[in-house]
Amino acid sequence: MTLSGPLIAGVSFAYLGLLFALAYWADRRADQGRSVIDRPTVYALSLAVYCTAWTFYGSVGRAATGGLGFLTIYLGPTLIVLLWGGLLVKMVRVCKVERITSLADFIATRYGKSHLLGSLVTVIAVIGVVPYIALQLKAISRSFTILQEYPAIVMPDPAATQPIWHDTAFVVALLLAIFTILFGTRHMDASERHEGLVAAIAFESLVKLAAFLAVGIFIVYQLYGGGELAQARLDAAAVPAAQALFQPRLGEFADWIGISFLAALAVMFLPRQFQVAVVENSHERHIQRAIWLFPLYLLLINLFVLPIALAGVLTFGAGGVDADTFVLTLPMALGQPWLALIVFIGGLSAATGMVIVETIALATMVSNDLVLPALLRRWQGTLPPEADMGRLLLFIRRGAILAILMLGYLYYHLAGDAYALVSIGLISFTAVAQFAPPILAGLYWRGGTREGALAGLAAGFAIWLYTLLIPSFAKSGWLPLDFIEQGPFGIGLLKPQALLGLTGLDEITHALVWSLTANVGAFLLVSSWRLPKAEELAQASAFVGALRPQRQAHQTLWRGRAEVAELVALAERFLGKPRAVADFARFARSRGLARAEELPADASTVYFAETLLSGAIGGASARALVASVTKEEVLGLEEVMDILDEASQIRAYSHELERKSTELEAATAELRAANLRLRELDRLKDDFMSSVTHELRTPLASIRAFAEILHDDPELDLAERQRFLGILVSETERLSRLVNQVLDLAKIESGHVDWQADELDLAEVIEQAAISVGQLLEEGGQRLELDLEQGGGARVRADRDRLMQVMVNLLSNAAKFSPQGTGHIRVVMAAVAAGWRVSVSDNGPGIPVAELDWVFEKFHQSNAGGKKPLGTGLGLPICKEIIAHFDGRIWAEAPASGGACILFELPALPRAAPVT
Amino acid sequence: MSKQVLIVDDEPHIVISLEFLMKREGYRVAVARDGEEGLAAIRQGRPDLVILDVMMPKLNGFEVLEAVRADPALAGVRILMLTAKGRAAEHGKGLALGADAYMPKPFSTRELVDKAKNLLAEAA
Repeated sequence: MTLSGPLIAGVSFAYLGLLFALAYWADRRADQGRSVIDRPTVYALSLAVYCTAWTFYGSVGRAATGGLGFLTIYLGPTLIVLLWGGLLVKMVRVCKVERITSLADFIATRYGKSHLLGSLVTVIAVIGVVPYIALQLKAISRSFTILQEYPAIVMPDPAATQPIWHDTAFVVALLLAIFTILFGTRHMDASERHEGLVAAIAFESLVKLAAFLAVGIFIVYQLYGGGELAQARLDAAAVPAAQALFQPRLGEFADWIGISFLAALAVMFLPRQFQVAVVENSHERHIQRAIWLFPLYLLLINLFVLPIALAGVLTFGAGGVDADTFVLTLPMALGQPWLALIVFIGGLSAATGMVIVETIALATMVSNDLVLPALLRRWQGTLPPEADMGRLLLFIRRGAILAILMLGYLYYHLAGDAYALVSIGLISFTAVAQFAPPILAGLYWRGGTREGALAGLAAGFAIWLYTLLIPSFAKSGWLPLDFIEQGPFGIGLLKPQALLGLTGLDEITHALVWSLTANVGAFLLVSSWRLPKAEELAQASAFVGALRPQRQAHQTLWRGRAEVAELVALAERFLGKPRAVADFARFARSRGLARAEELPADASTVYFAETLLSGAIGGASARALVASVTKEEVLGLEEVMDILDEASQIRAYSHELERKSTELEAATAELRAANLRLRELDRLKDDFMSSVTHELRTPLASIRAFAEILHDDPELDLAERQRFLGILVSETERLSRLVNQVLDLAKIESGHVDWQADELDLAEVIEQAAISVGQLLEEGGQRLELDLEQGGGARVRADRDRLMQVMVNLLSNAAKFSPQGTGHIRVVMAAVAAGWRVSVSDNGPGIPVAELDWVFEKFHQSNAGGKKPLGTGLGLPICKEIIAHFDGRIWAEAPASGGACILFELPALPRAAPVT
Repeated sequence: MSKQVLIVDDEPHIVISLEFLMKREGYRVAVARDGEEGLAAIRQGRPDLVILDVMMPKLNGFEVLEAVRADPALAGVRILMLTAKGRAAEHGKGLALGADAYMPKPFSTRELVDKAKNLLAEAA
């Protein structure tokens, strides 16, 4: 039988159609919320997009010529997978929170959402990875060309130039572009995740593994199971190349380390790996299974590399057949066309998987980090009002996909046969390794700056160009080779592959050492130039602290003015109205609001809008566009430092705790004091009640006693009867006075008095009080002397009746204590600093100094003079309340000249105050 | 010889009424205006009965009572306490300190006279 071109093409199309159907189905399932790819095994299989046609065909080629060295490409990834539990989880977390959709976006977002940085990363990625895509195109077209010659085994003639429309590689590139556009930009919305794509990629991983294992098992059977090659194997000693495969070389130790290290970085930072491992990750826990399943996959796909290489060498001998094609040509040579077709499909799946994912990843970068920033610059920050941004974005993406694949084809067309397959792969690896320093440092160190990352990337990239890419061009014959052999201008130290005299390493390890040294060195040096700025610190905190509980620092790091309607409108332009409206509504609900219109235009809403846009157009462009519709106040570095600085947060927290605890202590003390005060008040109330009871019982006792005496003894003589009745009257008066005063005091203390606050002439009040006690004084033969300021100047604000009450009380007290007949009472009014002072003094026994403070206490009656005074013991306490109410004070003195002296002061009113 | 009654109270009108009541019963009456004066009068005059107010300046009634009961020479003195404080605790305190009788103010004159008579009869 023959394998005609149309048959192979038909099978290929059928396979791609199957893939597309699978992707379509997975997308539909995703839309229904029943994700196919939300399974750890699917995630691990999608990671195997790492194994490209280069693995599928190239590993055997490498093993045939270089011994075990091919294993380093898989050893590095196997080792770095051990770190994924921390590193990859952190990257995934950061990307979910910030809605990062590509490597360029990651680095640009980390260093302050810089357009320039995103553009540089994109340029490096495109230049570094396009040759790798070319490699896949080459693999597909070569395997196609070889296979259709079956049963003959003919290597394609590199010199044969075909018209472009008959060039298989071109057709393949074009078909893949269409297919990638269908896969990657099928949705009208610029969603960051591609469920159908991931499902298809996982399926492709199964196909290529199955194909390779099928060949491997078949070959092993042929070698050891009594097949056609068993005899050849026994005769292998005669073939030196085969002999070498029985005792494979390890190669240079330094290169093992170098290439393993390189592959470890590549498996993290190749755009397609970043795409499947980080951007398309649907759940962090999937990483746990990938940690063992992915290395297992790598082991399985390498299991039969050496037997196949051996079989190839035994079958084809030293010449004629390229070792890179052994996987395909062996089944052909052994008369297995169907197996060969399966191998072709396996190789096709390995190549298409890589090309599709890589191209989508690169197209995202190109559209978000190259084209869109350029457009924004041209539009000077505002969107043209008529443009359909969602459609434009999609158009840019599709254009980018086509352009990248055409670039890949162009590279293949120009350089396709110039250099070994394996070398192109490693050259790409070395280019993407340049992303490692800014990403890893960005995840664990806050000190990196935008300029540092720019300088590091530029330096590493320059070294890569000089030590790898340009020499590869030279080896392809486009540049003079003496540039490599003697160094530029004959300067030996500048020899691209022995820079500064470094020799003994292979060219890849050499370039890796120098480029990473330059990269890290420039990054650290330039970063140390200045402290990170506010926006860099904000991002540093979000990235470095990604695994800590959410602190939502961003939301406190934005301050300014915004209109929610404008933010929604902006999102609608890129995401389409339905999705933007739905997303804002969901956000509103998460904040406990019924509708998006109720959202406050605060930092949190602006941050939401920015991350929503980031998913479509990348962090830097989202920042620029959101800034165009909001008015952000620039936060100073100090403020951001304050907000972010871990220590200050902890300090603030502990201060807060301290403050609260102090407050608590204060509150407790206050409560304790209040409680004491209440108890004291309670005791005072009891004492008061007890005193009142006592004071009431005493006159009552007299009244009852005399009433009973008068009642029981009608024989009493008249004089005695009169005397007793007089006592009865006086005790009754005492009793009613007491009741009145208790009630009066209670009224004042409980605040139920209707105080009048009139402007009064103090002198006039004193004179009237003097008149009302005149009768009493006259009876006691006591003399009253008034020394008052005349002319109505002594104006105070008080209640006339209450002030009268005070004066009458003081005068009556003075009359009560001053001697009958010789009593002399003196009232003096004078201006003092506090206002007006009035003193009432007598020539009675006076108040003992120890009791001066006590006379204003309730029921404290001075017993000075030895006899029980008349009165209730409430007069002075009432006076004190009244004076205090009008902001005055009252106190007692014991003048050296003898007698008692009670003084009070009231605030003065201005003399000329208008009478109201 | 008639029995002697000492009235110790700082309320003049109470003193007048008590003096009248005791004289009417035919007892000799002495008066003291505060606790100190009262204690001195007890020591000096050895009255048969003391009508003792509790709330007084200088020495209060309880203090006087304690002093009297602490002095064996005064064992024969009967003490009737009067107080305007109506609490039961005061009542118990007076009796515990050795008062022979206790009456709250305001008092019934008849009861007071009966109590005084009884105490004086016991003393006889």
